[in-house]
Amino acid sequence: MAYFLQQLINGLTLGAIYGLIALGYTMVYGIIGMINFAHGDVFMVGAFLSLISFVVLSQLGLNSAVLAIVVALLFSMGFAAVYGWTIERIAYRPLRGSFRLAPLISAIGVSIFLQNFVQLAQGARPKSVLPLFHGGFILYRADGFDVRLSYLQVVIMILTAVLMVAFTLLIQKTSLGRAQRACEQDRGMAALLGVNVDRTISLTFVIGAMLAAVAGLMFDLYYGVIDFFIGFLAGIQAFTAAVLGGIGSLPGAILGGLLIGLIQSFWSAYFSVEYKDVAVFVILVLVLIFRPSGLLGRPEIEKV
Amino acid sequence: MTRTPLLEVEHLTMRFGGLVAIDDVSFSCAAHEITAIIGPNGAGKTTVFNCLTGFYKPSVGRLTLHGRDKDHLLERMEGFRIARVAGIARTFQNIRLFAGMTLLENLLVAQHNQLMAASFFSISGLLGLPRYRKAEREAIDAARYWLDRIGLLAAADNTAASLPYGDQRRLEIARAMCTKPRLLCLDEPAAGLNPMESARLNDFLVSLRRDHDTSILLIEHDMSVVMAISDHIVVLDYGRKIAEGAPSAIRENPEVIRAYLGADDDETLPGAPP
Repeated sequence: MAYFLQQLINGLTLGAIYGLIALGYTMVYGIIGMINFAHGDVFMVGAFLSLISFVVLSQLGLNSAVLAIVVALLFSMGFAAVYGWTIERIAYRPLRGSFRLAPLISAIGVSIFLQNFVQLAQGARPKSVLPLFHGGFILYRADGFDVRLSYLQVVIMILTAVLMVAFTLLIQKTSLGRAQRACEQDRGMAALLGVNVDRTISLTFVIGAMLAAVAGLMFDLYYGVIDFFIGFLAGIQAFTAAVLGGIGSLPGAILGGLLIGLIQSFWSAYFSVEYKDVAVFVILVLVLIFRPSGLLGRPEIEKV
Repeated sequence: MTRTPLLEVEHLTMRFGGLVAIDDVSFSCAAHEITAIIGPNGAGKTTVFNCLTGFYKPSVGRLTLHGRDKDHLLERMEGFRIARVAGIARTFQNIRLFAGMTLLENLLVAQHNQLMAASFFSISGLLGLPRYRKAEREAIDAARYWLDRIGLLAAADNTAASLPYGDQRRLEIARAMCTKPRLLCLDEPAAGLNPMESARLNDFLVSLRRDHDTSILLIEHDMSVVMAISDHIVVLDYGRKIAEGAPSAIRENPEVIRAYLGADDDETLPGAPP
């Protein structure tokens, strides 16, 4: 029981990170119907950006964990936003109106570019991040096994929850969100009503990149080791989460992320750590075969 | 007759490969008037609209909208700027509402620019700052005004897809009006409406022009609408303008009668359903 509870906590934390990345996939898919395969690498860049800000801060002799997190958040979100905007502007916008596969191929190109760029700029060796948070709560103690909820896990879950709420409000209540939903349904019509469609799409990429940067920061703190290749696996797992939840659905992305996190942690706990990624991708295959619209997605109904 | 032109179309030509959809058409719409474009199916009426609203770049020709303080050359503007800067709004033959959004939201999207300007990219919207709240309240008031005008205020929070056909048509016009257009382009607004509904539509269009600083350019097959409310009619046939003038003159015009009744082909009769 205690062991189960511990895995539940670990899984939810991991799932929160996946969920944040999955949001970026699902949003971009919603608005332009394209899978942004470079998104995982934006997450990786975000992880490096916050690592850089941690290093700079500790060089300056500032050791407050809260300050470090706030600065790293602002720094990595800001720069990731620039990355997101630039990628969309250079690699996707010129291909809009081209055949459907073109931006997809371009996205894979961007992904390879970012990996190699970071490999060259930061080196290929894994980098470690010093743990910022120590300790936690002991929730439950049974026959020599402590169920721990670390402060870090609490921070990750709270941050995810806050971003989720802010995000839902943005989409549901603000004018930008309405414009995004309008572009999602009929881009041509939105333009006729004076909505700057290109800018709306750019902002979607910017928001997605910022969320990925937050996920990158959490990854830094939670795992403590990053390299230039983390974006690939994390990206595909988040993509699986988005598909599982129903691509195009925002609550679906978070739900899918949490489920993927739970599956990974329970699989590692009860079966084998080596096969945890296999388990996730089996899920991807099963969802694509049996329920392509995902858990919360609307099935596409062909109008006759 | 003193007509201050609002829109001037000069030598508009649109070719698709070898097909000439519009061939050297010139006409103008006067401010505060209702101008109708009529013609048999395939005459190029909708293509004129598509050129005006930036869907197509004309092969030849100049489209000038005389703005309040400057002239806008529509053929050089990006699509969304035509709506935002020049102030042209349009509706479609096949209705293009945002089906999954509520009526109110449909009308708020049309006011996106004012809201975006007030909200600094939605940041202050997210924080609920007073300036944005005020702008949003105004936008909602404007939307409610239009819902009231078309008699759908009670359904404000239903999705657009749930409306019956005739209501969807009126909602589309209301949405176009929310952009505060100088020129409202309506593509067959009476299509599919029964005689009672189209009589109501007539009154609505006339009242739009009366109450707001808006001119109307209309494509219509329903002659009961065209003849009753237009001030000026342009007749197209096979991409060419064959007549232009007041309704009474158009009714008598032999070219127009030939185009519609057609000695050698069987086009739609005036007043007959399309």
